[in-house]
Amino acid sequence: MPAELSLTVNGEPRRTAPGSSIADLVASLGLDPRKVAVEHNGEIAPRSTLAKVRLGDGDVLEIVHFVGGGHL
Amino acid sequence: MTDTSAKTGSSDTWTVAGRTFRSRLIVGTGKYRDFEENAAAVEASGAQIVTVAVRRVNVSDPSAPMLTDFIDPKKITYLPNTAGCFTAEEAIRTLRLAREAGGWDLVKLEVLGEARTLYPDMRETLKACEVLAKEGFAPMVYCVDDPIAARQLEEAGAVAIMPLGAPIGSGLGIQNKVTIRLIVEGANVPVLVDAGVGTASDAAVAMELGCDGVLMNTAIAEAKDPIRMARAMKLAVEAGRDAYLAGRMATRRYADPSSPLAGLI
Repeated sequence: MPAELSLTVNGEPRRTAPGSSIADLVASLGLDPRKVAVEHNGEIAPRSTLAKVRLGDGDVLEIVHFVGGGHL
Repeated sequence: MTDTSAKTGSSDTWTVAGRTFRSRLIVGTGKYRDFEENAAAVEASGAQIVTVAVRRVNVSDPSAPMLTDFIDPKKITYLPNTAGCFTAEEAIRTLRLAREAGGWDLVKLEVLGEARTLYPDMRETLKACEVLAKEGFAPMVYCVDDPIAARQLEEAGAVAIMPLGAPIGSGLGIQNKVTIRLIVEGANVPVLVDAGVGTASDAAVAMELGCDGVLMNTAIAEAKDPIRMARAMKLAVEAGRDAYLAGRMATRRYADPSSPLAGLI
Protein backbone atom coordinates (compact mmCIF):
# COMPACT_ATOMS: atom_id res chain seq x y z
CA MET A 1 0.00 0.00 0.00
CA PRO A 2 1.43 3.44 -0.89
CA ALA A 3 2.28 5.83 1.95
CA GLU A 4 -0.19 8.31 0.49
CA LEU A 5 -3.07 8.15 -1.96
CA SER A 6 -3.06 10.45 -4.97
CA LEU A 7 -6.45 11.98 -5.67
CA THR A 8 -7.89 14.50 -8.06
CA VAL A 9 -10.24 16.83 -6.19
CA ASN A 10 -12.13 19.39 -8.27
CA GLY A 11 -9.54 19.02 -11.00
CA GLU A 12 -6.54 19.53 -8.72
CA PRO A 13 -4.08 16.91 -7.45
CA ARG A 14 -4.26 16.21 -3.73
CA ARG A 15 -2.82 13.58 -1.38
CA THR A 16 -4.42 11.83 1.53
CA ALA A 17 -3.58 9.06 3.99
CA PRO A 18 -4.43 5.46 3.03
CA GLY A 19 -7.62 4.27 4.63
CA SER A 20 -9.24 7.71 4.50
CA SER A 21 -12.96 7.90 3.84
CA ILE A 22 -14.70 10.53 1.74
CA ALA A 23 -15.97 12.08 4.98
CA ASP A 24 -12.36 12.35 6.24
CA LEU A 25 -11.38 14.14 3.05
CA VAL A 26 -14.33 16.55 3.24
CA ALA A 27 -13.48 17.32 6.86
CA SER A 28 -9.78 17.80 6.08
CA LEU A 29 -10.75 20.39 3.48
CA GLY A 30 -12.65 22.29 6.15
CA LEU A 31 -16.02 21.75 4.46
CA ASP A 32 -19.38 21.19 6.09
CA PRO A 33 -20.64 17.86 4.66
CA ARG A 34 -24.23 19.07 5.02
CA LYS A 35 -23.58 21.86 2.51
CA VAL A 36 -21.83 19.95 -0.26
CA ALA A 37 -22.42 17.05 -2.62
CA VAL A 38 -19.72 14.63 -3.68
CA GLU A 39 -19.24 12.76 -6.92
CA HIS A 40 -16.79 9.87 -6.57
CA ASN A 41 -15.34 8.49 -9.80
CA GLY A 42 -18.34 9.76 -11.74
CA GLU A 43 -21.00 8.43 -9.37
CA ILE A 44 -22.94 10.37 -6.73
CA ALA A 45 -21.71 9.48 -3.26
CA PRO A 46 -24.82 9.72 -1.04
CA ARG A 47 -24.22 11.74 2.12
CA SER A 48 -25.14 8.78 4.31
CA THR A 49 -22.29 6.73 2.85
CA LEU A 50 -19.49 9.33 2.99
CA ALA A 51 -18.00 7.91 6.19
CA LYS A 52 -18.12 4.35 4.85
CA VAL A 53 -16.55 4.76 1.42
CA ARG A 54 -12.72 4.36 1.50
CA LEU A 55 -10.70 6.33 -1.02
CA GLY A 56 -8.44 4.54 -3.47
CA ASP A 57 -5.28 5.67 -5.26
CA GLY A 58 -6.16 7.65 -8.39
CA ASP A 59 -9.75 8.41 -7.33
CA VAL A 60 -11.40 11.43 -8.91
CA LEU A 61 -13.72 13.52 -6.77
CA GLU A 62 -15.95 16.47 -7.49
CA ILE A 63 -17.18 18.43 -4.49
CA VAL A 64 -19.87 20.98 -5.31
CA HIS A 65 -22.16 23.41 -3.56
CA PHE A 66 -24.69 26.06 -4.46
CA VAL A 67 -23.59 29.46 -5.66
CA GLY A 68 -25.48 32.47 -6.91
CA GLY A 69 -26.76 32.01 -10.41
CA GLY A 70 -29.62 32.78 -12.69
CA HIS A 71 -29.03 31.71 -16.20
CA LEU A 72 -25.60 31.07 -17.65
CA MET B 1 -72.24 37.79 -7.86
CA THR B 2 -68.97 35.94 -7.77
CA ASP B 3 -66.35 37.01 -5.28
CA THR B 4 -63.55 38.09 -7.56
CA SER B 5 -61.58 39.54 -4.67
CA ALA B 6 -61.01 35.99 -3.45
CA LYS B 7 -58.83 35.40 -6.48
CA THR B 8 -56.50 38.27 -5.73
CA GLY B 9 -54.23 39.23 -2.89
CA SER B 10 -53.09 36.66 -0.39
CA SER B 11 -55.43 33.91 -1.58
CA ASP B 12 -54.11 33.99 -5.14
CA THR B 13 -51.56 31.22 -5.22
CA TRP B 14 -50.00 28.93 -7.80
CA THR B 15 -48.87 25.36 -7.41
CA VAL B 16 -45.99 23.52 -9.05
CA ALA B 17 -45.32 19.82 -8.43
CA GLY B 18 -47.50 19.92 -5.32
CA ARG B 19 -45.83 22.97 -3.77
CA THR B 20 -47.91 26.12 -3.41
CA PHE B 21 -46.50 29.65 -3.54
CA ARG B 22 -47.96 33.14 -3.12
CA SER B 23 -45.23 35.04 -4.95
CA ARG B 24 -45.24 34.64 -8.72
CA LEU B 25 -41.79 36.13 -9.08
CA ILE B 26 -38.75 33.85 -9.12
CA VAL B 27 -35.40 35.59 -8.96
CA GLY B 28 -31.90 34.52 -9.86
CA THR B 29 -28.97 34.98 -7.52
CA GLY B 30 -26.22 35.78 -10.02
CA LYS B 31 -24.47 39.02 -10.99
CA TYR B 32 -25.00 40.84 -7.69
CA ARG B 33 -22.28 43.03 -6.18
CA ASP B 34 -22.24 40.95 -3.01
CA PHE B 35 -24.34 38.53 -0.95
CA GLU B 36 -25.80 41.36 1.17
CA GLU B 37 -27.19 43.16 -1.85
CA ASN B 38 -28.46 39.86 -3.25
CA ALA B 39 -30.27 38.99 -0.01
CA ALA B 40 -31.80 42.49 0.22
CA ALA B 41 -33.04 42.26 -3.38
CA VAL B 42 -34.64 38.86 -2.74
CA GLU B 43 -36.37 40.32 0.32
CA ALA B 44 -37.62 43.36 -1.62
CA SER B 45 -38.86 41.17 -4.49
CA GLY B 46 -41.00 39.08 -2.16
CA ALA B 47 -39.79 36.01 -4.06
CA GLN B 48 -40.27 32.66 -2.37
CA ILE B 49 -38.10 30.81 -4.89
CA VAL B 50 -34.55 31.66 -5.97
CA THR B 51 -32.52 29.92 -8.64
CA VAL B 52 -29.05 28.78 -7.71
CA ALA B 53 -26.18 27.27 -9.66
CA VAL B 54 -24.14 24.19 -8.76
CA ARG B 55 -20.39 24.76 -8.85
CA ARG B 56 -17.18 23.28 -7.50
CA VAL B 57 -16.33 24.21 -3.92
CA ASN B 58 -13.21 26.37 -3.71
CA VAL B 59 -11.01 23.80 -1.94
CA SER B 60 -8.20 26.31 -1.45
CA ASP B 61 -10.49 28.68 0.49
CA PRO B 62 -13.29 26.67 2.11
CA SER B 63 -14.10 29.49 4.54
CA ALA B 64 -15.21 31.81 1.70
CA PRO B 65 -18.77 33.04 2.35
CA MET B 66 -21.52 30.88 0.92
CA LEU B 67 -24.90 31.85 -0.51
CA THR B 68 -26.62 29.69 2.11
CA ASP B 69 -25.18 31.97 4.83
CA PHE B 70 -27.18 34.88 3.40
CA ILE B 71 -30.32 33.36 1.88
CA ASP B 72 -31.78 30.73 4.20
CA PRO B 73 -32.82 27.63 2.24
CA LYS B 74 -35.32 26.86 5.00
CA LYS B 75 -37.23 30.08 4.29
CA ILE B 76 -36.65 30.50 0.56
CA THR B 77 -37.00 27.56 -1.83
CA TYR B 78 -33.75 26.94 -3.68
CA LEU B 79 -34.31 25.97 -7.28
CA PRO B 80 -31.06 24.44 -8.54
CA ASN B 81 -30.48 25.16 -12.21
CA THR B 82 -28.26 23.76 -14.91
CA ALA B 83 -26.94 27.11 -16.13
CA GLY B 84 -23.89 26.57 -18.28
CA CYS B 85 -24.83 23.05 -19.43
CA PHE B 86 -24.76 22.43 -23.16
CA THR B 87 -25.67 18.72 -23.22
CA ALA B 88 -28.36 16.57 -21.62
CA GLU B 89 -25.65 14.54 -19.93
CA GLU B 90 -24.08 17.59 -18.22
CA ALA B 91 -27.47 18.84 -17.08
CA ILE B 92 -28.49 15.46 -15.62
CA ARG B 93 -25.15 15.12 -13.81
CA THR B 94 -25.48 18.64 -12.37
CA LEU B 95 -29.00 18.02 -11.07
CA ARG B 96 -28.11 14.66 -9.53
CA LEU B 97 -25.42 16.49 -7.56
CA ALA B 98 -27.88 19.26 -6.69
CA ARG B 99 -30.35 16.73 -5.33
CA GLU B 100 -27.62 15.20 -3.20
CA ALA B 101 -26.43 18.62 -1.95
CA GLY B 102 -29.83 20.00 -1.07
CA GLY B 103 -32.24 17.10 -1.11
CA TRP B 104 -34.49 18.90 -3.58
CA ASP B 105 -36.21 17.26 -6.51
CA LEU B 106 -37.79 20.49 -7.78
CA VAL B 107 -35.17 21.69 -10.26
CA LYS B 108 -34.77 24.00 -13.20
CA LEU B 109 -33.54 22.38 -16.36
CA GLU B 110 -31.89 24.41 -19.07
CA VAL B 111 -29.73 22.99 -21.82
CA LEU B 112 -28.24 25.67 -24.01
CA GLY B 113 -27.50 25.32 -27.69
CA GLU B 114 -24.76 27.88 -28.26
CA ALA B 115 -22.90 30.64 -26.46
CA ARG B 116 -23.80 33.39 -28.92
CA THR B 117 -27.58 33.37 -28.41
CA LEU B 118 -27.87 31.13 -25.33
CA TYR B 119 -30.90 29.68 -27.05
CA PRO B 120 -32.12 26.37 -25.60
CA ASP B 121 -31.21 23.16 -27.40
CA MET B 122 -34.64 21.55 -27.42
CA ARG B 123 -33.47 18.10 -28.54
CA GLU B 124 -31.08 17.84 -25.60
CA THR B 125 -33.58 19.54 -23.27
CA LEU B 126 -36.29 16.98 -24.08
CA LYS B 127 -33.87 14.11 -23.64
CA ALA B 128 -32.75 15.41 -20.23
CA CYS B 129 -36.34 16.13 -19.14
CA GLU B 130 -37.39 12.54 -19.82
CA VAL B 131 -34.47 11.05 -17.89
CA LEU B 132 -34.91 13.42 -14.94
CA ALA B 133 -38.65 12.78 -14.69
CA LYS B 134 -38.00 9.01 -14.67
CA GLU B 135 -35.48 9.51 -11.85
CA GLY B 136 -38.10 11.25 -9.73
CA PHE B 137 -37.11 14.84 -10.37
CA ALA B 138 -39.71 17.56 -10.89
CA PRO B 139 -38.14 19.57 -13.72
CA MET B 140 -39.22 23.12 -14.50
CA VAL B 141 -37.93 23.58 -18.00
CA TYR B 142 -36.45 26.56 -19.84
CA CYS B 143 -37.49 26.37 -23.48
CA VAL B 144 -38.13 28.15 -26.75
CA ASP B 145 -41.42 30.03 -27.11
CA ASP B 146 -42.92 27.25 -29.21
CA PRO B 147 -46.31 25.76 -28.25
CA ILE B 148 -45.43 22.39 -29.80
CA ALA B 149 -42.13 22.14 -27.92
CA ALA B 150 -44.04 23.10 -24.76
CA ARG B 151 -46.50 20.24 -25.27
CA GLN B 152 -43.68 17.79 -25.91
CA LEU B 153 -41.96 18.88 -22.71
CA GLU B 154 -45.14 18.36 -20.75
CA GLU B 155 -45.38 14.84 -22.20
CA ALA B 156 -41.74 14.29 -21.17
CA GLY B 157 -42.59 15.09 -17.53
CA ALA B 158 -41.96 18.84 -17.21
CA VAL B 159 -43.77 20.24 -14.16
CA ALA B 160 -43.55 23.80 -15.50
CA ILE B 161 -42.93 25.31 -18.91
CA MET B 162 -40.56 28.27 -18.94
CA PRO B 163 -40.34 29.89 -22.36
CA LEU B 164 -37.94 32.73 -23.02
CA GLY B 165 -39.42 36.17 -23.64
CA ALA B 166 -36.17 37.26 -25.31
CA PRO B 167 -32.56 36.01 -25.18
CA ILE B 168 -31.03 35.51 -21.71
CA GLY B 169 -29.65 38.73 -20.26
CA SER B 170 -30.88 40.85 -23.19
CA GLY B 171 -33.57 42.79 -21.34
CA LEU B 172 -35.50 43.11 -24.60
CA GLY B 173 -38.89 42.26 -23.09
CA ILE B 174 -41.52 39.84 -24.39
CA GLN B 175 -40.75 39.62 -28.11
CA ASN B 176 -43.55 37.28 -29.14
CA LYS B 177 -46.72 37.74 -27.15
CA VAL B 178 -48.64 35.46 -29.50
CA THR B 179 -46.51 32.37 -28.85
CA ILE B 180 -46.42 32.99 -25.09
CA ARG B 181 -50.22 33.23 -25.07
CA LEU B 182 -50.54 30.06 -27.17
CA ILE B 183 -48.30 28.21 -24.72
CA VAL B 184 -50.36 29.46 -21.76
CA GLU B 185 -53.61 28.37 -23.44
CA GLY B 186 -52.29 24.92 -24.28
CA ALA B 187 -50.48 24.04 -21.07
CA ASN B 188 -51.75 21.91 -18.21
CA VAL B 189 -48.81 22.87 -16.01
CA PRO B 190 -47.68 26.34 -14.87
CA VAL B 191 -46.09 28.59 -17.50
CA LEU B 192 -43.47 31.12 -16.43
CA VAL B 193 -41.64 33.54 -18.69
CA ASP B 194 -37.97 32.91 -18.13
CA ALA B 195 -35.42 35.32 -19.60
CA GLY B 196 -35.81 38.54 -21.51
CA VAL B 197 -37.52 40.76 -18.94
CA GLY B 198 -35.74 44.13 -18.80
CA THR B 199 -38.00 46.35 -16.77
CA ALA B 200 -41.20 46.27 -14.76
CA SER B 201 -43.60 46.70 -17.68
CA ASP B 202 -42.13 43.58 -19.33
CA ALA B 203 -42.99 41.55 -16.23
CA ALA B 204 -46.51 42.99 -16.25
CA VAL B 205 -46.91 42.03 -19.93
CA ALA B 206 -45.93 38.44 -19.16
CA MET B 207 -48.50 38.26 -16.38
CA GLU B 208 -51.21 39.93 -18.46
CA LEU B 209 -50.74 37.17 -21.03
CA GLY B 210 -51.83 34.72 -18.32
CA CYS B 211 -48.48 33.34 -17.28
CA ASP B 212 -48.35 31.85 -13.80
CA GLY B 213 -45.11 33.63 -13.02
CA VAL B 214 -41.93 35.25 -14.21
CA LEU B 215 -38.29 34.39 -13.60
CA MET B 216 -35.62 37.05 -13.86
CA ASN B 217 -32.11 37.81 -12.75
CA THR B 218 -30.25 40.43 -14.79
CA ALA B 219 -33.14 42.93 -14.85
CA ILE B 220 -32.81 43.26 -11.08
CA ALA B 221 -29.09 42.60 -10.59
CA GLU B 222 -27.95 45.05 -13.28
CA ALA B 223 -30.37 47.85 -12.38
CA LYS B 224 -28.65 50.93 -10.96
CA ASP B 225 -30.63 50.33 -7.75
CA PRO B 226 -31.28 46.57 -7.65
CA ILE B 227 -33.31 46.68 -4.45
CA ARG B 228 -35.71 49.29 -5.79
CA MET B 229 -36.00 47.36 -9.07
CA ALA B 230 -36.75 44.18 -7.11
CA ARG B 231 -39.67 45.98 -5.48
CA ALA B 232 -40.78 47.35 -8.86
CA MET B 233 -40.82 43.81 -10.25
CA LYS B 234 -42.85 42.55 -7.31
CA LEU B 235 -45.45 45.26 -7.92
CA ALA B 236 -45.41 44.72 -11.70
CA VAL B 237 -46.01 40.98 -11.36
CA GLU B 238 -48.88 41.64 -8.96
CA ALA B 239 -50.33 44.35 -11.20
CA GLY B 240 -50.07 42.17 -14.31
CA ARG B 241 -51.69 39.27 -12.51
CA ASP B 242 -54.57 41.40 -11.29
CA ALA B 243 -55.04 42.87 -14.77
CA TYR B 244 -55.19 39.35 -16.22
CA LEU B 245 -57.75 38.23 -13.64
CA ALA B 246 -59.74 41.43 -14.01
CA GLY B 247 -60.07 40.87 -17.78
CA ARG B 248 -59.02 43.81 -19.88
CA MET B 249 -61.40 45.96 -21.95
CA ALA B 250 -61.71 45.29 -25.66
CA THR B 251 -59.63 47.44 -27.95
CA ARG B 252 -61.30 49.75 -30.46
CA ARG B 253 -59.96 51.29 -33.61
CA TYR B 254 -61.33 54.75 -32.81
CA ALA B 255 -62.09 56.97 -29.83
CA ASP B 256 -65.02 56.26 -27.55
CA PRO B 257 -66.08 58.93 -25.03
CA SER B 258 -66.24 58.01 -21.35
CA SER B 259 -68.76 60.76 -20.47
CA PRO B 260 -72.42 60.65 -21.53
CA LEU B 261 -73.15 62.53 -24.73
CA ALA B 262 -76.72 63.23 -23.62
CA GLY B 263 -77.26 66.55 -21.83
CA LEU B 264 -74.35 68.37 -23.41
CA ILE B 265 -74.83 72.12 -23.04
